[in-house]
Formats: sequence, C-alpha cells, structure tokens
Amino acid sequence: MALAAEPADCHRPVVELDNVTFSFGDRTVIDGLRLTVRERDFVGIIGPNGSGKTTLLRLIVGLLKPDGGTVRLFGEPAERFRDWHLIGYVPQRKAFNPLFPATVREVVLSGLYGRRKLFRRITRADQARCRDALEVLGIAELEPRRIGALSGGQQQRVFLARALIANPRLLILDEPTAGVDEETQDNFFGLLRHMHQKHNMTFLMVTHDTERVCSYLGREPEITSGRLSFYVRHSHGLEDCAETDLLHTLRMKEG
Amino acid sequence: MLELFTAGFFLRALAGGALIALTAALVGVFIVLRRQAMIGDGIAHVSIAGVALGFLINLYPIGVGLAFAVAASLAIEALRRAYRTYAELSIAVIMAGGIALASLFFTMGMGFSVNVTSYLFGSIYTLDDTDLAVIAAITAAVLAFALVFQKELFLLAFDEDAAAVNGLPVRVFNVLVSVLTAFVISAAIKIVGALLVSALLTIPAACALAMARSFRQALGLAVAAGEIAVLLGLFVAGWWNLAPGGTVVLLLIAMLALALATRKLRV
Repeated sequence: MALAAEPADCHRPVVELDNVTFSFGDRTVIDGLRLTVRERDFVGIIGPNGSGKTTLLRLIVGLLKPDGGTVRLFGEPAERFRDWHLIGYVPQRKAFNPLFPATVREVVLSGLYGRRKLFRRITRADQARCRDALEVLGIAELEPRRIGALSGGQQQRVFLARALIANPRLLILDEPTAGVDEETQDNFFGLLRHMHQKHNMTFLMVTHDTERVCSYLGREPEITSGRLSFYVRHSHGLEDCAETDLLHTLRMKEG
Repeated sequence: MLELFTAGFFLRALAGGALIALTAALVGVFIVLRRQAMIGDGIAHVSIAGVALGFLINLYPIGVGLAFAVAASLAIEALRRAYRTYAELSIAVIMAGGIALASLFFTMGMGFSVNVTSYLFGSIYTLDDTDLAVIAAITAAVLAFALVFQKELFLLAFDEDAAAVNGLPVRVFNVLVSVLTAFVISAAIKIVGALLVSALLTIPAACALAMARSFRQALGLAVAAGEIAVLLGLFVAGWWNLAPGGTVVLLLIAMLALALATRKLRV
C-alpha cells in the first residue's frame, strides 16, 4: 500500500491493482480499485459478507479476470506472470470435500506441484520439507492421517503448511480463522505475526476478525473502496534472518 | 464347459475386460472425486449415437462412437466451466442430447437394431483383434498419463483452485482428462454396453472411497475392485451362461455393499 511517509519505495511492489473493476452480471463488486501492496506489508482486508473480499483475492491470484483495469504481480502483468511458486494461497477451508481420500502428507506436498515440478518426482528433500513444515506447525503426528478426519484447527494448519512448503514471498489467506475456536485463532494469528516480523514475507489476508486484525494493524484503515477496508502494517527495518529455509523460518516463529 | 474358458473369444474377452477394468477404475476415481460420477452415462449415450451413425454410414462403429464421445466430453467440460457449481447440469444436458440424437439415428436405420442392441448391453464375446488393439492403445495412453501426472491429478481433484494458483495449466489438464475419459468410455461400451458403462467407472471408485485413507490407496483399491469384478464376472457368466455385462456390474454392487458393511463394522 502506498505509504507516503515511508522512505520512498524501500521495498518493491508485490501486488499492484490499477483501476480494477469486476462485476457479477450487473452487480459491480469491485469498482475502480487502486491498491499497491509492497514487500513486507501485512494487509488485512475487512468487509461485510458480499463486499467482494474473496472476489478480490481471486482476482489477484488469477482465478478471475478483471472486467477492467490491470493486476500486476511482482511487477509483471498477471497474464504474463509465471513465478507462481512465489505465492502461497490458503483458500477458505469450507471449500474442500471432507470425505476426500487424502492424507495430510499428500495435501502438504501438493503445495510443491507447479510448473517447475511437472515431469519430476517427489524427492527426499521434498519429503523432508514436508516433515519440517508439519513439525514446526505442531502437527507432525498427523502426517499419515486422512485430512477430513481432523479438527478445523488442525486442517487450517495443514493448509498453512501446504502454502508454506514452497517458501513463498507472498502469502494470501482467505478467512483462515473461520470456524475454529478462540485459542486456535490466537495461536494462528501469532504464527502469522512472527512470520511477518522476522522474515521476508508479504501477507494479504481476508478476515471477519476485526479485533485481531486491528490489534496488529492499527485502528484506521489505510484506504477503503466500496465496503472494503484495507488495514496495513509494514515491517520495514526489522532484522532479517540470514537463513531462509523453511525449517528455520518456522522455528523462528515459535520463539 | 471347460473348453469355453480356453476358447479364443473367451480369452479375448478376458484380456479386453482386464484392460478396461484397469483404465475405467483409474478414470473413475478421478471423476467421482470431481463430483462428475454421471459423466460416464452422459458420454456413453452420446457415444451410442455415434455408434448408430457408424452403422448407418458403414464406418467402424467404435471409431465413430469415439469421435462422438470426445466431442461430448469437451462439451461437458466447457459447460462445467460455465456452470461451475452445477457440474451435474452439464452432464444432464449432454446426455439428453445424446439420447435424442441416438433415437434419430436408430429410426433412420431400422434394420440395424440387432447390432445396436449389442452396444447398448455390451457384447464382450464378439471382441475382434481390431477392438483389442484399440483397447490396448487406450489403456497404454491412460496408464502413461496417470503415472506421469499422478501428483498433478491429485491436486486437480483435491483443489482445482490451488492447482491454478500453483501455476499448473489446469485447462490443458482438464481437456486431456476429458478426452481420455471419452476414450475409456467408448472402449468400455463394447464390454458392458452403453447402459452399464458408468457402473464400471464409478462403482470401483465407490468401493475404494469406502476404505481408502490416501489418494494412492484409493487408486489401488479401485483398480483391484474393478479387476476382481470383471474377471470373476466373466467366469461366473461363462459358467452359468449369464449376460456378462450385467454379471460384472452386479458383482461390483455386491462388492460395494461388502465394503460399506466392513467399514460400518470397523468404526
């Protein structure tokens, strides 16, 4: 998000929306939205049901095409963008079939399956990353379990592990805390906060949870558009950890 | 009776059945998980219109049926994208179109009713070498695809959006899967008939889903269920002189009942 007071452009833009418009039929959901998310911003998107939060995320990750305006990712126009491994995406949990035959291990490893992994096998290193991700999220013992048999909070950690296994630079979360208990939400949010402060990762999170978002991102939205409010906090100036491997990243958060 | 089991036509039936059971089960797990269990029926009914046309214009019926099946599968995939949350709607529309077209071709070529019946209910004992070669080629294609892209297919079935955000060419995959499904269905029509094709796709998958914990396991169990039903079904049908297609499908249903019962006992 454009922070005028900040030493100008200390971090490159990760997501840029220029005059983006999107409608379902004749109902305009996103109307001329301009938004710049910079490296190491934490952007919380808050709005009532039907205000276009999820639509906005789907526009950003390319699942929907805008009716007007342009979306740029890491400086590239979205339609030419190829480095999808830079983006981790945690969709709404309710979107998956609880009877699906998939183990936690299969789901987490699938975070690595992109263009770069086509025609390649799962390596020992991949499996080690999977175990590390699970271990640090505190769900190592769930690895062989069927995902549909887990609790909501556990499933949420599995999907976070899937998004993190490829070590993304931008993490996009769609109502990650919907339908889980208070304590689990606290833990989860703490996890995100630590990742934001200690590591080179940018966050874009849609949520209902005004309380937790405001306590970290401040009371005043940076900008508003339609019924959407964008709360932003930048972590410029914090010490970066030298090591970037997943295990280390995740271990740091526990501290 | 024993000479039946060594007769050339019976051995060809076993070979063709075994190959189709393998591919149908693999494709079946995928389409069932994508909530497209009815796709087999939809494509089969369009394919039968192609078979009828093949007889009418004197072309290899399975070939014309295959072309129709591919067209139907692509149409279903296009409609599925237009009506994302109603995958079954696209299948219902295509199926109705197929039956309508088939009925037109049937009445235009009244004299072919006997042959057409064999495609409705299957005629596995009449597989000739061309049919077997076609089935073997289709099996090879499906197996190669499933092996090479197993992990991508998992993600596509589990979470198509995540597959797209990971940068996978989701549309290309969907079209390839649709075309392979059409191949399998057209080949399977000769085995169990258009009316029972979807059973061969979906019931092995249903058995597997009742027991499997992982995607890999589901694929393995579905193939096992399909093979057992087809091979055992052919022997049973040969021994008691029953309709092979119907016997195979009833065996599959019995196995599904068993799978569900054991699951209940276990829980």
